Amino acid sequence: MTLEVLAADGLVTVQDLGRRGWGRFGVPRSGPMDAFALRAANALAGNPPEAAALEIGLGDAAFRSTQDCLIAVTGAGYALSSYVWSFPLWVSLRVRGGWTIRLTKSDGGMWAYLAVAGGIETEPALGSRSTHLRGGLGKRIEAGDRLPVGPTALDAQFLAARTLPEAFRPAYTQSPLIEVIPGPQTDRFTAEGMKIFLNGCYGLSPASDRMGYRLSGPPIEHSGSADLLSEGMAMGSIQVPASGQPIVMMADCPTTGGYPKIAGVVSADLPVLAQCVPGQAQIRFRATTVEAAQARWRAMVNGLYTGVEKL
Amino acid sequence: MLKPLGDSTCLVQLGDRIAPAVNRRVHALAALIEASPLPGVIETVPAYAALLVHYDPLVTNYASVADWVLGLAERVAIDATRAPRRIQVPVRYGGESGPDLGAVAASTGLSPAEVVRLHTETEYTVYMMGFTPGFPYLGRLDPRLVVPRLETPRTLVKAGTVAIAGEQTGIYPLDSPGGWRLIGRTSLRLFDPASETPFLFAPGDLVRFVAEAVDDA
Repeated sequence: MTLEVLAADGLVTVQDLGRRGWGRFGVPRSGPMDAFALRAANALAGNPPEAAALEIGLGDAAFRSTQDCLIAVTGAGYALSSYVWSFPLWVSLRVRGGWTIRLTKSDGGMWAYLAVAGGIETEPALGSRSTHLRGGLGKRIEAGDRLPVGPTALDAQFLAARTLPEAFRPAYTQSPLIEVIPGPQTDRFTAEGMKIFLNGCYGLSPASDRMGYRLSGPPIEHSGSADLLSEGMAMGSIQVPASGQPIVMMADCPTTGGYPKIAGVVSADLPVLAQCVPGQAQIRFRATTVEAAQARWRAMVNGLYTGVEKL
Repeated sequence: MLKPLGDSTCLVQLGDRIAPAVNRRVHALAALIEASPLPGVIETVPAYAALLVHYDPLVTNYASVADWVLGLAERVAIDATRAPRRIQVPVRYGGESGPDLGAVAASTGLSPAEVVRLHTETEYTVYMMGFTPGFPYLGRLDPRLVVPRLETPRTLVKAGTVAIAGEQTGIYPLDSPGGWRLIGRTSLRLFDPASETPFLFAPGDLVRFVAEAVDDA
């Protein structure tokens, strides 16, 4: 089966859970900006968590399947329609071969995920189908592309019309309180600087992209130099360069960086942060512990299996 | 020594400066972790003086990873019998291949030929890789060759370009922007995603540059 790309006005890429094992060679993880939404799209479409799906951002997109298939669209900031009907996101749907699947940009978010039962089966690079444009791994999906979809043994009739209720989804909002684990370089900031970070309200700069979200707000004071010997970092790491304006590293985060890291965003809140809209979002941070953060993330991912219900 | 960075990685700090002994400990700990992985530990990213450990909090948790990594860190010994790989890199210096060779010579008070001699005399260690896939951070550069980065990075540096900045030298594996001073170019391919061994270098390798030619500026 093939998924034809009719339109891709913004940034459309294939993503799975990310490229693992090549970080020591300088290869970023990549993967989805909103990892929960990708997992949910796969769960609703009957795919394993590691299946590849399409990430759609920054503009409208439209697709057409060559055969009847089961799809699910999750995420935020998009409206879904197919043939003559509108559908909510976070629902599994049976779509006839030849119907147009249209995603239209709307308010309240940045990224949508389209999973097709069987998974998108583009050629993997370095063990993953995740796209990293700067590294030449995968490509930008364009109108006219034909994406292979893998086989599925599942019964679409049975899997269609299921949803993940709102209580089990990330609490997407443009005024989020994002939990962070302080450190590892808290000593590189003054006590006042830490206080400013945890009490301040930050906007999101339009210069944000899949590599990093640049925040603008009250500047954070360093205790000394803002230069750090380059060391490993990951999605969610919050670097603070000399300007005092924090940068949250996102999915295409380089493997290493040279600015002090004031904190790391917890996995459970990265989806909410990822869906923040530049120029609109007002972001605040709150400190938590690594134990509490891991418990929250486990509960959220468990909810994908316990929370899905028939419409 | 070990701190969480978010809820899916932790950072092991083994020093705070660029020093061969510290960096060898980083690579030795990375090798130990890879030789006896704990379920849920995904990979490590070695840098100059710190090792980042990625793990999956759906499989394990911070306390388990921390205990296990600290246990290994206590036992880490630098295995002198395990010889690092040695790689020779042929370079065409100066001219169109290394447009900053003349400027580097001028600012260091050396002749272009002396810059090339000093650059090829040292055996470098791949301290870490980063910036783009396959970019090796090599040190230490002869102190006489230390020059600052460009104030405004170039928007395009060609793949294979050999460059210096501060106490480091490196090679751009892909066409990319870059702020280092460009002194030459190699025809070796540093990154080939389709190959079974996609990367020419690995962290900890020893590298020597060989001058194929020195072109006039």
